[in-house]
Amino acid sequence: MKLIAAMSGGVDSAVAAARAVEAGHEVIGVHLALSANPQKYRSGARGCCTIEDSHDARRAADVIGIPFYIWDMAEEFHDGVVEDFLAEYAQGRTPNPCLRCNEKIKFAAVLDRARAMGFDGVVTGHYARTVITPEGKTLHRAIDISKDQSYVLSVLTVEQIAGAIFPLGDTTKVDIREEAAARGLAVAQKPDSHDICFVPSGDNAGWLRDRLGSETGPIVDQSGTKIGEHKGAYTYTIGQRKGLGITVPTADGSPRFVLKIEPVSNTVVVGAREELAITSMKGERPVWCGPAVSANPTRGFVQIRAHGSALACTYSFDGTYLHAQLDEALLGLATGQAMVIYDGDRVVGSATICETN
Amino acid sequence: MSSIYLDHAATTPMLDCAIDAMTIQLSKLGNPSSLHTQGRAARKDIEDAREIIAREVGCLASEIIFTGSGTEANNIALKGLFWKRRAEGRNVLLISAIEHHAIIDPAHWLSTHEKAEVIEIPVTRDGIIDCAFVEDFLSKRGDEVAVIAVMHSNNETGVLQPITQLVEIAGDIPVHCDGVQSFGKVPLSFSELGLTSLTLSAHKIGGPLGIGALVLKRGVEVPALLHGGGQEREIRSGTLNAPSIVAFATAIASHQYNSESVTHLRNHFISHVEKLLPDAILNGAKSSRLPGIVNFTFPGTQSDTLLLLMDAAKVSCSTGSACSAGVHEASHVLLAMGHTEKTAQSSLRFSLGASTTQADIDFALSVLPDVIARGRAANLS
Repeated sequence: MKLIAAMSGGVDSAVAAARAVEAGHEVIGVHLALSANPQKYRSGARGCCTIEDSHDARRAADVIGIPFYIWDMAEEFHDGVVEDFLAEYAQGRTPNPCLRCNEKIKFAAVLDRARAMGFDGVVTGHYARTVITPEGKTLHRAIDISKDQSYVLSVLTVEQIAGAIFPLGDTTKVDIREEAAARGLAVAQKPDSHDICFVPSGDNAGWLRDRLGSETGPIVDQSGTKIGEHKGAYTYTIGQRKGLGITVPTADGSPRFVLKIEPVSNTVVVGAREELAITSMKGERPVWCGPAVSANPTRGFVQIRAHGSALACTYSFDGTYLHAQLDEALLGLATGQAMVIYDGDRVVGSATICETN
Repeated sequence: MSSIYLDHAATTPMLDCAIDAMTIQLSKLGNPSSLHTQGRAARKDIEDAREIIAREVGCLASEIIFTGSGTEANNIALKGLFWKRRAEGRNVLLISAIEHHAIIDPAHWLSTHEKAEVIEIPVTRDGIIDCAFVEDFLSKRGDEVAVIAVMHSNNETGVLQPITQLVEIAGDIPVHCDGVQSFGKVPLSFSELGLTSLTLSAHKIGGPLGIGALVLKRGVEVPALLHGGGQEREIRSGTLNAPSIVAFATAIASHQYNSESVTHLRNHFISHVEKLLPDAILNGAKSSRLPGIVNFTFPGTQSDTLLLLMDAAKVSCSTGSACSAGVHEASHVLLAMGHTEKTAQSSLRFSLGASTTQADIDFALSVLPDVIARGRAANLS
């Protein structure tokens, strides 16, 4: 096949590209320039958007022996990922930008462009697997569960999964680093990137404050009594305990947790830990990674964070919303996060959480 | 098969005679500044080379200052002439809007760090500098101008500039000319043009990389950028690179570039592109151009997509414009010629050289329509 390998400058995408070449594919490496004003050097654990990262990607492509290009996706990334991130926070929700990037950039803008240019698909260094079944190509968890990225890929449609190649899903990260070193790739020991790539300082709350303003507002308890003041409601997360700055203690001395963020009244509601417990959730804008979910209650698992655990549940789809009823209560779940349904290790689909109970 | 090379304006294959000359010189011992036997021998080889290049470009041998690149030569000329003339109270740099970055960037550096005022000379839609603008500007503020810099021909479009006319208009004001693309391709005489300084580069004519020259008029002294042994007229220091200098002279003296045959191939290429892709726009079509540079705009495409597809189809070409962090910027040359950001980003430069053959051109023509079609599809997706 003719493939585009998305190369971030990290070890995973470099090995993924090398493996695709070895499998006999015709591969061209592409680094996505996602920032209009990239920084010169990488700082901390954020890594794919600096000039240094693009040099690392180019060097890896040269060592592998494939052509290399940089595609300017800064505008698409800003409109589709950064703006979305801000808009979600402004509404008191907690979005996952990596998921949005996969949905709108890597497996949309890049895959569409690749296909139009005559390529068959896009190779990435994500830790996930695909399996060819009689019903089509399905998406599965990686062998290395600690690195599994199927959660952030759960926004891919069947059509997108058909054009996605994940060569690393059958290997552990430790082995990938060893393989990179054996292949002579200088990025073999480059630190993993986590955090949000477009927040170079790593200070998400500060970054949000700079862009959304820091209008103070009340922190109230469940009876509506003001017990403190916050510095911008969107910098809080459901379930958050630390950094609330509340001086009025509870009657029994138990800690308070953020229960709700109300952007319209700019209010943060706090309460006791048990108030966070939820047993069901509802998601909007569902995407199916295989056959669509039916109205019939089905047993499976739901995952609500990128590296969270899979929670046993019964799920169904009412034609508009995806519903999951948990076997056991869960504490602290923010709307805006993705609920991803699994059937064993197969990704069934996902939706954006809009309501919890 | 290896790729067809149509990017000779970026760099062109080193000529066999130049490789031979360089190889022989590499085996010779001697620092040309030394006074002993070996030093004198190296010095003689360099001075022979200097005289050869001087003959080819119509200047005195003593007017040639060897540099490490064309970029360095442009920097010495622009900064040097600016500093020299600022001491006489002149603070304006008059440069064309289509200069190479090796002129634009030092000019902007002088503006930021030395408070120079940079004035850009606009160009017509055909890519030629507006001499009337220069005339008008000089009539108003002529005594403020430190130096005028206009390239002999543009590296992206190949459009030749009216240097003779410009020098006439400039009168006593020094004119620097970047002759990198024209040298060895079209007649270029330093003395006939009446220039103050002229930049040359070896690797565009079949010489080695890493060697250039500044021709600087006799009697004009400028402050140095590099200080040290003072080897080149106290203006450029550094041990002279005898193997590269000798190969440079050998390449230019071999006259292997046949303008007529390159022009013939170019015209064949242009007429067939226009037949295959009727909406393609030849940039600078109405102007006199270098034999080897062709710049087309293909509406509805993006040049970086086209480059990838051309490369995959085994044709090496270019946009000719600069990259910023690996991302192609819209060409300032095409923007100055009236293109929009979008159409400027839809252009490709094909540049032919001494070694280009009819088969190369035919192959490029055979893959181009499919590449453009895919490029259009990718742009819509």
